[in-house]
Amino acid sequence: MKRAGVVALNTFREAVRDRVLYNLLFFALVMMAASIIAGQISIGIEQTVIVTLGLSAISLIGLLISVFIGVGLVSKEMDKRTLYALLAKPVRRWEFLLGKFGGLVLTLAVNTAAMGLGLFLALMYAKQTLERGDATVFVAVYFIWLKLALVVALALLFSCFTTPLLAILFTAGVYIVGLYVQELRNMPMQVMSPGMTAFTKWLSYLLPNFENFNIMAMAAHSRQVPGKLIVQNTLYTAIYCAIVLTGAILVFSRRNLK
Amino acid sequence: MHAPAIETENLTKEYPHGFLNLKKKTSLEGLNMQVDEGEIFGFIGPNGAGKTTAIKLLMRLIFPTAGSARILGKPISDIEMHRDVGYLPEQPFFYDYLTAEELLDYFARIHDLTASDRKERVQQMLKKVGLETAGKIQLRKYSKGMLQRVGMAQAILHDPKVVILDEPMSGLDPVGRREVRDIILALKREGKTVMFSTHILSDAEMLCDRVGVIVGGKLRGVGAPEQLVDVKTQSMEIFFELTGQSTAPLLAKATRTGDRYRLQVPEAELYGAIEQVRAAGARILSVTPVRATLEEFFMNLVGADGAQAAAVEVSGK
Repeated sequence: MKRAGVVALNTFREAVRDRVLYNLLFFALVMMAASIIAGQISIGIEQTVIVTLGLSAISLIGLLISVFIGVGLVSKEMDKRTLYALLAKPVRRWEFLLGKFGGLVLTLAVNTAAMGLGLFLALMYAKQTLERGDATVFVAVYFIWLKLALVVALALLFSCFTTPLLAILFTAGVYIVGLYVQELRNMPMQVMSPGMTAFTKWLSYLLPNFENFNIMAMAAHSRQVPGKLIVQNTLYTAIYCAIVLTGAILVFSRRNLK
Repeated sequence: MHAPAIETENLTKEYPHGFLNLKKKTSLEGLNMQVDEGEIFGFIGPNGAGKTTAIKLLMRLIFPTAGSARILGKPISDIEMHRDVGYLPEQPFFYDYLTAEELLDYFARIHDLTASDRKERVQQMLKKVGLETAGKIQLRKYSKGMLQRVGMAQAILHDPKVVILDEPMSGLDPVGRREVRDIILALKREGKTVMFSTHILSDAEMLCDRVGVIVGGKLRGVGAPEQLVDVKTQSMEIFFELTGQSTAPLLAKATRTGDRYRLQVPEAELYGAIEQVRAAGARILSVTPVRATLEEFFMNLVGADGAQAAAVEVSGK
């Protein structure tokens, strides 16, 4: 497990030295500035505009990093053959995979936290006052990070058995469908055959429910988040990631490197 | 009695290919070989012969279709085996955002070296491969030869008992090749076992206690280089100088470079040939025995394999 930590720190270092990451941070700052300007022209709804725009930007940037870098975590190493020298050392393949996952999730934590702080400062600047409910912004950012961890796990799984392009498409596909899991679950029975109903219900429980992580409206109106939801989302992410990563490990452990 | 440093038994690797992966291509077929402790073993063969496949199987980068292998008595599936093995991949490429020092430190951490050991070993290795002044430069600025040296450094960083090098001289200039050869010889003096693949036969002849020749995925011969080739003198070479023309039939068989000629004749016909050369008015510069080289042995095998492959193709099998 210690070796997974060494791999994770190196993955984090790679991301920090990657100029794309700095560009995305710069983009985040631009988005924050835009939200402040938008807030100034939207009389009375500054908070809603800033929080919605800010959280959307954090989510979008995080998703781009999670999908593109997540898919490249293993595939890039295989293409460039950088992992040959590493896997010939006393490193188990699961340690390598967990390390890569941990490194990107750590990067996302730092990135998301920095952007979350930027959003909070923008909010303070616009409101000039502070109330307890404003802290919901941080919970919303935390939920975005949980969601991104799940996306990274999925990207890693797909990249273990398919090409990078297909892995990006699969990850994006699962993410988009995952946003509508609730709708799948509540699909009216009259419009489908019983078999199809059972299938969509089964699918809705199999797919990750990304809608659970969206508390943008609560954050925009400074409503407090129930502690139960925080625990529930944390556990959901941990268990789902564990299952997906186990699948990725099973595939990668048997994979012949080119 | 010591177990061999490296031992393979019927090691086979097939790759599925074609429509629905229904066809199978055999990259390595029933490899049985042993590398003894403390020896330098050369794995020679043309491109695509199966050298890298065999090495990747030993390193568990790919998995065998059949057979088994052991390194230092441990099955290759045992992760602990990797503690005592150093490996240089073919055309190595490392994280280019790291400096050589950072890369070696990273690998040293993987090997559980302590902080003080890491610092010491990293500097030692950089010095050993002649990169002590380039340690703080990012690898993206390294030339191919420099990357090869970093590859050597990471392979021997943890003081392994067995070092496996895939084409270690590839991409190096003559100075670099000489340095790698010196490192390999130094490893042997330290009692390490070195196995390396190469298609540069002079390197193998110069360094190896034994070589294994692999062609078409099959091991075709193992032994000391001088045992593999026929050490018997097969023919003699007469090197002579001749100004002017001659109509002697024997001279038509000679290779000419300016006024100088090289003529190979069977040993039994040497004296008769010398007489004819002298009669033609030539000045004999030297007479030397011609020894078969590893290259000739190798080329014969490759040629035979090519002929066999062509025959199979013709017969449609």
